[in-house]
Amino acid sequence: MQAVTPLVFALALLAAPAAAETVYVSNEQDNTISAIDGETLSVTATIPVGRRPRGIALSPDKRRLFVAVGDDNRIDVVDLASRKVVDALPSGEDPELFVVHPDGKRLFVANENDSLVSVLEIESKKVIGEIQVGVEPEGMAVSPDGQLVVCTSETTSMAHFVDASTYEVVDNVLVDTRPRAAAFTPDGKQVWVSSELRGTVSVIGVQSRAIDAIVEFAIPGVPRELVQAVGIAHGHDGRAYVALGPANRVAEVDNKSLKILRYYLVGQRVWHIALSADEKRLYAANGGSGDVTVIDLERREPVKSIAVGRSPWGVVTAP
Amino acid sequence: MRQARSRSTHEAVFRRRLASLLGSALLIATVPLGMAEAAAPDTIRIGYLHQERAPASPASPLDELATEEGLAGARLGIADNAATGRFIGQSFVVIERRMRRGDDPVAAVAELAAEGVRFVITDLDAEPLRLAAGAAPRLLFLNARAPDDALRAQCRNNLLHTVPSRAMLADGLAQYLVWKRWRRWFLVVGQGAGDVLYAEAVRRAAKRFGAEIVIEKAWSFQYGPARADTGHVTLQTEIPAFTNVADHDVLVVADEANAFGDYLDGRTARPRPVAGTHHLVATGWSAVNEQWGATQLASRFAKLAGRRMTAVDYAAWAAVRSVGEAATRSRSADPDKIAAYLRGPAFLMSGFKGRGQSFREWDGQMRQPILIAGPRLLVSASPQPGFLHRVSELDTLGVDREESPCKP
Repeated sequence: MQAVTPLVFALALLAAPAAAETVYVSNEQDNTISAIDGETLSVTATIPVGRRPRGIALSPDKRRLFVAVGDDNRIDVVDLASRKVVDALPSGEDPELFVVHPDGKRLFVANENDSLVSVLEIESKKVIGEIQVGVEPEGMAVSPDGQLVVCTSETTSMAHFVDASTYEVVDNVLVDTRPRAAAFTPDGKQVWVSSELRGTVSVIGVQSRAIDAIVEFAIPGVPRELVQAVGIAHGHDGRAYVALGPANRVAEVDNKSLKILRYYLVGQRVWHIALSADEKRLYAANGGSGDVTVIDLERREPVKSIAVGRSPWGVVTAP
Repeated sequence: MRQARSRSTHEAVFRRRLASLLGSALLIATVPLGMAEAAAPDTIRIGYLHQERAPASPASPLDELATEEGLAGARLGIADNAATGRFIGQSFVVIERRMRRGDDPVAAVAELAAEGVRFVITDLDAEPLRLAAGAAPRLLFLNARAPDDALRAQCRNNLLHTVPSRAMLADGLAQYLVWKRWRRWFLVVGQGAGDVLYAEAVRRAAKRFGAEIVIEKAWSFQYGPARADTGHVTLQTEIPAFTNVADHDVLVVADEANAFGDYLDGRTARPRPVAGTHHLVATGWSAVNEQWGATQLASRFAKLAGRRMTAVDYAAWAAVRSVGEAATRSRSADPDKIAAYLRGPAFLMSGFKGRGQSFREWDGQMRQPILIAGPRLLVSASPQPGFLHRVSELDTLGVDREESPCKP
């Protein structure tokens, strides 16, 4: 699979230049964030952060990057102009994934060891709410209108729907085994939840709180057990992307028919994925091979892999 | 045995820990421990049957005494089940029975059945388990202790195994050694009945994966000199003499009772690694595992039990979790439905080893990765890359469908 690299490097030269954007990747075992220039597709900075960085997200003004550093039980705040950690937020124990609420004032953080979601007020740096959920909360998503937060719990195998103003769990939906990521569709009508061990995505209706459909992935030549769905990214053009972990593939899914359109070969053990702002590219963080695969979605092929730190995990794009 | 604490104190401590861990809503799940109480319709009662064991002398001063080994794992499984159960109206209780030496397993099982138990997790040796399962065909037994392949070959419909068989352990080790190209093995076999069976599994694995046992020796020394003053002097003389044999790539030791295996590494005549039951250990679980979310399982266990999780704790946890998972997925507290789901094709359990775990329909063995654990860190996990299988790579470990005398 690594043989792909030299071939795609040549293709990279042909790819259309992308908008001036920067891609940020958390390196779980290096305690750093890699910054990749979207134009040159090369690493332009490596930013030291706390220990075991995984979940990352931009502030609403896109000038800061929040980084969950699980082993330090906090969320580091990176100033993207100076590329330095300028602040830290108390997150509760072992934060892994979190979402920034659209109001720009709160983070909802999954505390994996405590079966809790913590609500963190950014300005006061205070935890202003705690929500008891299932065992090992992991994936976090917020609805586009900001009313609902969804948290998945890995051992309980549920998607918990939380009212974002009262902090009450309003519903629990049993999903496939070991759910990892959750993502609302852009219209806010569905939540997609990936199951790592069943290798599926459960599509949950937000109104009905019932599973509308289950997306299955079968890749010729890849054992079923290695197809492990993790990161999810929704485009606005009716397509969605699902990272398939040790299957070393990203699936492109038609968001309405739920048909698999194609599989992209990426690096080893892909965790999370992110679309470019123009949605012409997809960036995949490959934990096993220590690189980021750049997929050109117009040409429908991977065009480059970029070496970053050890165990890249989370990825976001910023202007 | 360190059983100084009275049981009621112990249970109170356990409840406090659990409550702080998961919230007071779960208290109801722990109250009926060891006492009969009218069960709510959606309460699933799981028996835990164990036998008294002679206290093991630790080989190393660093060894932790595994108080309530197995039972602690079952309790964590109950807490994990309850966390899902409370969202869908199911609760789980564990009812413990300890057999003293000479107690009749059939009678103990009858007592559990009288308390409404249909699922029994066993921490029993193979023979008492055979007797118990044979006498209670309507109960489903989940074996968390006995690694005997012969027990699996009895093809019992009412017996599942969450603890790996010796064949699985040996195959997991063999795949790693062959992947390393350490193909010439020096097999050292202890005096226990289990050691002889472990050696048999190692010989089978060597044949399956293309390794060669170049020399085999039985360990015949009296053990226990290490702790004495100058104990190391004796060992420093004896072990080089014992291991001064034809050249080999790796010494594979079969010492299930932990009688001498720890003495080998660093003392062998040739500078060769030690693997098997010691040093590079093939096991269903080890506290060194921190991948695949294992850190979270380990930390929940440590909060509950105040020590590290052993392979027997893990197998008991996996057994309770399996019943819970089947109850949740089948949305039922009906033991027949749960049992059918457990053995069915849809069953899948998350066991913190990177791949979904399920039961083989032919002999009821849980398919699962085998960890290759070093003394301080995880070294690898089998199946190794390249050992292919047309159904599940996990079925390259242990007795496969065609090799088993059991026909589903």
